[in-house]
Formats: sequence, structure tokens, C-alpha cells
Amino acid sequence: MALLEVKDLKVYYPIRGGILGRIVGHVKAVDGVNFTVEERQTVGLIGESGSGKSTIGKAILGLVPLAGGTIHFNGEDITRYIGKNRSAYRKSVQMIFQDVHSSLNAKKRVLDVIAEPIRNFENLTKGEERKRIDELLAIVGLSSDDAAKYPHEFSGGQRQRIGVARAIALKPKLIVADEPVSALDLSIQAQVLNYMKDVQEELGLSYLFISHDLGVVKHMCEYLTIMHNSRFVEVGQREDIYNDPVHIYTRRLITAIPSTDIDLKEENEAKRNALSDEYNREYDNYYKEGGKVYDLRPHGDSKTHFVAMP
Amino acid sequence: MHVQEQELLLQIKDLRTSFRIEGKYHAAVDGINLDIHKDEVFAIVGESGSGKSATALSITQLHNMNFTRIEGDVIFDGTNLAEMNDRQLNKVRGKDISMIFQDPLTALNPLLKVGFQIEEPLVYHTNYNAAQRKSRAIELLTAVGMVNPELTYNQLPHELSGGMRQRAMIAVSLACNPKLVIADEPTTALDVTIQAQILDLLRKLQKEMKSSIILITHDLGVVAEMADRVAVMYAGQIVEVGTARQVFKNPSHPYTRSLLASIPNVGENMHRLNAIQGVVPSIRDMEREGCRFSHRIPWMSAGTHEAKPTYHEISPGHKVLCTCYQHFYFENETRKEGDK
Repeated sequence: MALLEVKDLKVYYPIRGGILGRIVGHVKAVDGVNFTVEERQTVGLIGESGSGKSTIGKAILGLVPLAGGTIHFNGEDITRYIGKNRSAYRKSVQMIFQDVHSSLNAKKRVLDVIAEPIRNFENLTKGEERKRIDELLAIVGLSSDDAAKYPHEFSGGQRQRIGVARAIALKPKLIVADEPVSALDLSIQAQVLNYMKDVQEELGLSYLFISHDLGVVKHMCEYLTIMHNSRFVEVGQREDIYNDPVHIYTRRLITAIPSTDIDLKEENEAKRNALSDEYNREYDNYYKEGGKVYDLRPHGDSKTHFVAMP
Repeated sequence: MHVQEQELLLQIKDLRTSFRIEGKYHAAVDGINLDIHKDEVFAIVGESGSGKSATALSITQLHNMNFTRIEGDVIFDGTNLAEMNDRQLNKVRGKDISMIFQDPLTALNPLLKVGFQIEEPLVYHTNYNAAQRKSRAIELLTAVGMVNPELTYNQLPHELSGGMRQRAMIAVSLACNPKLVIADEPTTALDVTIQAQILDLLRKLQKEMKSSIILITHDLGVVAEMADRVAVMYAGQIVEVGTARQVFKNPSHPYTRSLLASIPNVGENMHRLNAIQGVVPSIRDMEREGCRFSHRIPWMSAGTHEAKPTYHEISPGHKVLCTCYQHFYFENETRKEGDK
């Protein structure tokens, strides 16, 4: 049984117009996606800005109302309870945010930042709480002296590690990580990703890893979903996607990554141009009218690799 | 290639840019020497806080001069920009040297039509009349790949997508056929497919116009795809400089090697990334004696560094700061040796 099972998820944002602010239409941010997250698995959600990938993360956390579809967690349909304040589900699913400068309360000490979820759900004495926080700080490579400091005293990478510590404070089952390293420098990004992997092994976590960086996603995720125009265009194991990308959008995305291998410079540019021409020429073969993405169907006789093709 | 034959366009000599913080000046750029040739793409790469943007803004003195001190010479096409006042510099800014900024939404004026903003440098720097300016603007919009240049000419920045905005920004910067374009993180705010398009466009235009580009970025992939030569900056200094081929084929300074090792690569699988310990020091508490990278590679003994680091030329045009590159190994490499 899958840890998280999302079926036909739809999220529509209202467009308001007129002086009364009536709803005049909807933006279909997520328009029917299915996926599962197994225990201890990392699922990557990739797409460009505006593709709807962050909305999926928000929907799973109950931060936006669903327009349709169901979410099952541990076999239980939690679609109706998802926004309820102190449900067990809230405790089991946590989030790591992109912007390390706005996601930690600047007026709170690190101790209080990390203790907040614990205080919401558990009755610990001061001593027990402090002990738990020291453990959490140790997991992400910070010292217990750091608990008394304020977020501004830390660098970007350390802040993101505090964010990780807060997310794992309640020993959740699933963490939604929305672009956790895209605001960080390269060397710092590596630190945070390493800690995220360590934490996963130690606590047996699952991640839903939302990112636009295909290099980072390949490093972190076993299973990938590629999103475009509010729907999945291709899903599969890491090897399926990187070794045998089928949908034109996936192929474009992969060839667009600048490579540090200087010998491939000309070759990559030629590939990109050829694909760009193909994209313009064959767009109608890959998308329905109005850019809508087809339903997913298995690629060949693969059990893991699905592509949205007619 | 023909490094020796190339003509010099810009020479930066011992540039030192300091910012005043609480009454004291701290150098963000600490003694940089650079030669930029005609018709080349020169990349400056480094993490945030390494001083790469501060260097670029110092060339035409775009810093707020109330709390910035710029020392050293910036010789552009035979004249020293460092000795010029604001009025003289305004004749160069936007004409011979122009800039492309990271975020086109903030760099473009949201209240003015795209066409007007492209014409603005033409008003200052040329004698074109209104009709000539408009035809030049349309020509530029076509050159940067706008599907409908006549329409875009009359649009406001918010009506364009991110990629289109950056194209408009490029059109503005190319309006007066500049000899040097300084592109400060031109694609960082863009999606990867759009980034590829913008980089291809920049390279194509650079070849056509035979101007030089100083490309500032933190993305080593972008550097490898775009640059002819590269300077790697760390803590206000250039730690390694050479042709792109030299730096990527034979990365030598520990910082360059560590950066390359910390990229999650699409090509290969690895379990752990090579993170660099610690952080880039802030300019206020930067150690200014000795090798500045030494505290991030603490397993290297002090004897491997120079007391006063100098540049070592390891092949023609490929220079590395400090002697620690000769002995450098990654921390986990020793562990492997220890296991055996």
C-alpha cells in the first residue's frame, strides 16, 4: 500500500472580475493528476514556473481547496479532513520551503522556531523539549548553542538546515520540499541535499521533491514526474526519464540543461536547435487543441514509464 | 587559439572596490587584474558574496558613490574610466558599454512602452530623428527574436513573459552597438528552456556584432556553454583564470575543483555530493592575509599555502592563485586511502 495516493487531483483558482468581485472564470492550475509516493521513496515533481507543480504541493498539505479528486494517506481517504487543524495527518506531512529568508520567523529564536510544531502537537516538559531540539539540531549538523540564536545570525545554508530540522521535528512520514535549494549557492546546495538524504535514511522519510533543476532532481529522486500545462506529460523511474525520454517537452527540458563538459558544446547546441524546430513543427502531435496534455499511457510494455501521447 | 593576436578592449588594473559599513571601508573586490579582448565572451563565475557583481558595476562606476570607494585603473579602448566624472561616464554608459541585468521586470521601467525604452539610449547617444529611432527599435526587436516586433514596440513590460522581457532588455543594451556588454546573471530568473534560448541568442548576436561580453554568473554550465575565457572569483580575488577549455579540462584551484565536484550531475549517479565546508566569508570579517580559501579546506596543512599568495601560470594564459593547488586532494580521498 502506498503512503500517499493522489487520484485525479484538480485545483482551480478563481478569477474574480467586476466591481463585486464575482468569480468570472477559473485558472486550472492542476487539472487531473495521479501519482503515488511509497514509503522511503523520493518522488520528483519537475516543471517550469506556472506549470502547477507548487500547487500540487500545497494541495497535499491542505493549503488550497481541491476542485476534485481524492488524496489517500496510508490507505485512508483524508480529502475531507485535510485542512483540519490538529489532525494526525497534519502531523505526518510537513514542508520545507524555498525562501530561507521568509520561512523562518525573524523574531523567534531557533529554539522556538523548531519547537513550534512540537508545542502544537505534544505535551513535553521544558527539559524534554530542549533534549529533542538538541537532537534535531545535531541531525542537521548544528550545535545546541545555536538554539539560542536568531535566524539572521545564520547563513543561507544553515537556515535551510534549520528549516529541515523544523520539518522533521514531529517525525513525519512525508515531507513536501518545494524548491528547497534553488535559492542557495552551489556548494551550500550540496550540503543541504546531503543532509536531506541523511535525514531520510535515518527517519525513513518520503519526499515529494518539487524542483525545476533536473540535475538536483536526478540526484535526489528515484521516481520522476514531468509537468507541463497543469498535467503530467511523462512519469517514470529515473532511468526511464533520463535514458529514454519520449515526450517532446521532456526531451527539450533535458537538452536545455547547460553542460559543464566543454567538448559537448557544439553538439548540445545543435541538438537543442533541432529539438526546438521539432517542437514548433510537431507541437500538434504532442498536445491536444489549446495546449492541453493527453492522458498518460504506458510507453511500450513498460510498467513504470508512462507518457502523455495520443 | 590565437590568444596573443587578440586586441585588448578593456584592461582592469589592481581594482579595489570598498563599501563603507559602519564608518569603515571593507574591500569587496580586492586587487583584481583582468584583460578583456575584443570579440570574446569573458565569464566571471563565483558564489554570492564573491565580488563578481561588484567588479562589473565598478567598470562604469554604477555603485552608489556615497559609500563606495573604487581604486585602480579601468582602461577601456585607450581611456581610463576610473579618472572620469559622472558626466563623462554618461557618454560611455549605454553607448560603448551597456548592461543586461538579472531581473528584467525591475530593470525595465514598468510605466514606459518597450519601444520607448529601446529608443532612450538612441536619444542620448545618436542624432537619429524619431523615424530613424523607431526603425532601429523595430530592427532590434526583430534581431532579438520577437515574433511581432511592431506589436511589442507598443507594449508595456508587464504584457511580456519573462523570456520576452529579457529579450527586450537585450534589445535595449544593444541599441547603440556597444563594444562591451556586461551581462549580470542574465538568465538566473528564467526557466531552463528559456535560458537556453536566451543564451543561444546572446551568442549569435555577439558573433554578428563582434562585441565583447562580460558574463557574470554562478552557473558553471552556462559558463562552459558560453565563455571563451573564464575567471573564477572567491572572496574578492580571482583564484583561477584561463580559457574555458583550460579551466574546465584542467581545473586547478581547490575552489574551482570543489565547485565542479558539488554540481549534481545529470550524466552520472553518485550517492553524496561534494559539499564545501563553511561559507563564503562576509567582507567585514574576511581574513585578508594568506590564502582566503584555506579555512574551507582545513584538512590541508598550512605549509601548502603561501603566506602571500601569488599567481602561478600553469600553461599559457592559465593562472592559479596560491600554491595549495599543487597539493590539493578532496577530504574523502584521504579516507579512502586510510581504508586501504
